[in-house]
Amino acid sequence: MTAAANPSVAHGTFVVERRYDASPERVFRAHSDPAAFRRWFADGEGWTIHEWTQDFRVGGGFTGRFRFGDESNDTWFNDTEYLDIVQDRRIIVSYVMGRVAGDEKRRASASLATTEIVPDGSGSRLIYTEQGAFLEGADDIAGREQGCGEMLDALGRELETNA
Amino acid sequence: MAFQALSDPTRRAMVERLSRGPASVSELAAPFPMSMSAVVQHLKILEASGLVASEKTGRVRTCRVDARALSAAERWINERRKSVERSLDRLGAFLEETKNEEEFPK
Repeated sequence: MTAAANPSVAHGTFVVERRYDASPERVFRAHSDPAAFRRWFADGEGWTIHEWTQDFRVGGGFTGRFRFGDESNDTWFNDTEYLDIVQDRRIIVSYVMGRVAGDEKRRASASLATTEIVPDGSGSRLIYTEQGAFLEGADDIAGREQGCGEMLDALGRELETNA
Repeated sequence: MAFQALSDPTRRAMVERLSRGPASVSELAAPFPMSMSAVVQHLKILEASGLVASEKTGRVRTCRVDARALSAAERWINERRKSVERSLDRLGAFLEETKNEEEFPK
């Protein structure tokens, strides 16, 4: 109970949904095709990619090292493993991500992320659910934005549970 | 402080409302069958806890959640969510750009 007042780890779940005017097959292929996946997932947004490998099969994974902005910013890593793949329907991964400090990886979170692709008329709905253990010490996030969203609800419930 | 502030259901409901965006004191008070002064009392406790900040512009006091009261881990969750939202928007743009292609470019 005292641990809840100053937690070193926060557990959180969030869901992001999108509808695309594209068949489930195309949405799936955008995840399974390495060139396609890299193009929307890794490239863009001012990130510099130092390292990127993808092996799309259960037991395989992808590894990325990337930096936002100029060289004064930290390098981040993402180590992902594919746990479950159902063609055109579902992809489940586990991943850790955090900062690279010298030879050391400072993990900021360890998550389970499920991507579900559901046919919706002529298009698809994508439902992304992430369940994560978010580790204290991930504080120095470059360009961190202010915000809080529904996590306060979770905080309130957490505090209530531990009251 | 946050712990005590959120031990009350009215204050939790207020924070839940503010987590969806800033609101004036009267907007915040609207759902509650209580006097304005009771609402202001609750707000004072939330402000003292650091969970909520407010500022007055003209005659309107606007309240918002103060993210600094969240732990680093809780802020990290928010960052992850925003990152996923941006990523899935890029997927949408990618699907738009490639919709007339038989195969994705290699």
